[in-house]
Amino acid sequence: MKNETTAVDSVLMNKYEAMHDELLRPIQKTGLAGKIWIGFLFCVFFAGVFAFYTQETKSKYETISLNNYTMWGIYISNFVFFVALSLVGALMSAVLKLTNFEWYRPLSRIAEVIAVAAIMFAGVGIIVAMGHPERLYFLLTHGRLQSPIIWDIVVIITYFVATSLFLFIPLIPGISQLSNHLKDKPKWQMWMYKKLSLSWRGTPEQWKIVKRCITILAILIIPLGISIHTVTAWLFASTLRAEWNSTNFGAYFIAGAFLLGVAAVIVGTFFFRKYYRFEKYLTDSYFDKMGKMLVFLSGVYFYFNINEYLVPAFKMDSMHSQYLLDEFTGKDAILFWLVFLFGIFVPAILPLFKSMLKPWPLTVIAILVVIAAWFKRYIIVIPGLSHPYLPIQNVPHSWTHYVPSLIECMVVAGIFAAALLFITLFSKFFPIISVWEVAEGDGVSLEKINLLSKKA
Amino acid sequence: MSQKTEENNEKKTREDNSRRDFLKLGVFAAGLTVAGAGLQKAFSEEKETGEKVKVLTTEGKVVEVDTAHIKKAEVCCVSPKESREGIPNKKWVMVIDLSRCKHALKCQHSCQKYHHLSGMNVWLKVFKMQESENTAPYWMPKPCMHCDRPPCVKVCPVSATYKRSDGIVLVDNERCVGCRFCMAACPYSTRSFNWEEPELLSETTGETYSPERGFPQKRGTVEKCDFCPDLLRQGKLPHCVAACPNGVFYMGDMTEDTVTNGDETLRFSQLMKDKSGYRLNDILGTHPSVYYLPPVNRLFPFKEPVAENSDKEKKAE
Repeated sequence: MKNETTAVDSVLMNKYEAMHDELLRPIQKTGLAGKIWIGFLFCVFFAGVFAFYTQETKSKYETISLNNYTMWGIYISNFVFFVALSLVGALMSAVLKLTNFEWYRPLSRIAEVIAVAAIMFAGVGIIVAMGHPERLYFLLTHGRLQSPIIWDIVVIITYFVATSLFLFIPLIPGISQLSNHLKDKPKWQMWMYKKLSLSWRGTPEQWKIVKRCITILAILIIPLGISIHTVTAWLFASTLRAEWNSTNFGAYFIAGAFLLGVAAVIVGTFFFRKYYRFEKYLTDSYFDKMGKMLVFLSGVYFYFNINEYLVPAFKMDSMHSQYLLDEFTGKDAILFWLVFLFGIFVPAILPLFKSMLKPWPLTVIAILVVIAAWFKRYIIVIPGLSHPYLPIQNVPHSWTHYVPSLIECMVVAGIFAAALLFITLFSKFFPIISVWEVAEGDGVSLEKINLLSKKA
Repeated sequence: MSQKTEENNEKKTREDNSRRDFLKLGVFAAGLTVAGAGLQKAFSEEKETGEKVKVLTTEGKVVEVDTAHIKKAEVCCVSPKESREGIPNKKWVMVIDLSRCKHALKCQHSCQKYHHLSGMNVWLKVFKMQESENTAPYWMPKPCMHCDRPPCVKVCPVSATYKRSDGIVLVDNERCVGCRFCMAACPYSTRSFNWEEPELLSETTGETYSPERGFPQKRGTVEKCDFCPDLLRQGKLPHCVAACPNGVFYMGDMTEDTVTNGDETLRFSQLMKDKSGYRLNDILGTHPSVYYLPPVNRLFPFKEPVAENSDKEKKAE
């Protein structure tokens, strides 16, 4: 076989061998910074668990700021945020893959792991908001198919399974490499790799199955991803509240989710590149491409925002007017315009300048987009509830406006920490870049890819 | 008897400390049959336990009796499963005559009391309505609309809230998962949530729960006005209808085309025709079972309340 190898091939092979070895580094060893980060996330997570315990054992009038008018608060807006975030799996891997944008390859696993973490903890976010979390199984035993909540549960579970498979199946060839190459790891970890590799040997038959699965999943995940977020939008749009009564809602949510997803992948890519020293593989050119994507998606999102706000604002019917005026010039105006500025205008305009497409500035922009995206969901959910058709009278003053309580913030922070912990720990057990997919993208044959894994 | 008790009650509620104890007493007096003759009969039959309880006699005297002599009054209680069926051959309808309302709030107080609502949840609200600057203000009592196309029932994921054959929409708090989607869906802001462990009055703790009465309440579940189906079942009027001093509320049966406020009984269809009845936000397509008569030729001039709600607000803060 060696005789057949051309010079170009051997250069490539060397490159992938080096890459392969470097990718094992963060799995082999966790530095001090990594340990502090993981410890910090654990602390925030346990603080969140404690906050949830307090919320469930004490009066909710004392622990959380919700009331009979604003009955959904940041738990629900945060849930919408996480569902939006999970769409990144569908976009970055599936859409780009199927449309032959080859540059998705080194980013696909980062996108997938964010997607799985997001959809998993979106579900947790719903459970903490429930009055009776222990009755969750009623959704199965007494579920009514007519309720949008049931649709949401069904699509979320399906999407979770599909994204998990989409993360796992391309990982199989990589896992078998891990068990050959890692040293001084505990027995259980090696055992886990062995089980998870599903006796992968790299036979042509196995490759065929893996690739077929990936293609099927990539096709499946797009309608599923669109469904989860559309149905999540319907949780609001299917009510009679004027602020949510919009046929634009599904598409509007999806557009926002894609923008958020790209921003999240930029942030993820930046930190993996920086802390795992992957500059060689996650090069500046990926930031350039994602920055351009940000501009395009901001434009799309802007279009849906115009539809959502300008048309009702033109009519100013009495059902919408108070809510719109509150947002444009009233008590919610500062937040509303900041979200517009950082959530749409900044990502639409700044990356047009070449200097902004470098990793640092683009990551700052992306972080702003992620924060603005979180508050965007807040703006959609909360003011939508504080303008009912009938007046709010004879209630305590605290019922007329909603400011999340400390407990609520701690629970949400705990959910964030758990999701980040999942992503971090995943990268500590599995390579965060799929070597074989990158090699394949460069035209390396599968037989040679097999050699990579066998070489100990 | 109950009217006298209520008056006594109101006097005593001003003393905050004794409020709860007295409420217990009041409900005992109202709910338990302890009239003189009954008592004497009871004394001769029952074995005494030594535990004494204070009760109120029909003459308004407080007497101490042994717990053994207390008999609970018969209360109708329909199981959650049975409560999903409506009362046969009925279609309940309520008419609220806005021209008679003077914001006495007796409806609300009676509703709160008999449904043992101890927290901040109010089932029957009375709004000050004013459509625009130049139109006249008026009072509008607002119970649950018991819509024929209820948005709350549409969205409930577990059938915890349901529409019955007699038109009533109920909530089963043994089924409710507390997602509050129904609250988001209701365009009339009717529903309340038990954000904390409800302060259960001792008489209600031992009671079997029935969605037809709504108590004992349960933390983490939704509740709302239920049209008092437990009373309707016994052929009685809902608490708000019976309590209103001005006959604002009429309750009736659509199939009989009759409504009554306790004083007068009228043809529903004729009443609608004569007084131009309408439904609240009918444009939303919810088809409410509550009809309003417009606030014209009013019995009382509109007057802002004089710190009427200060007690409640104080408690809420």
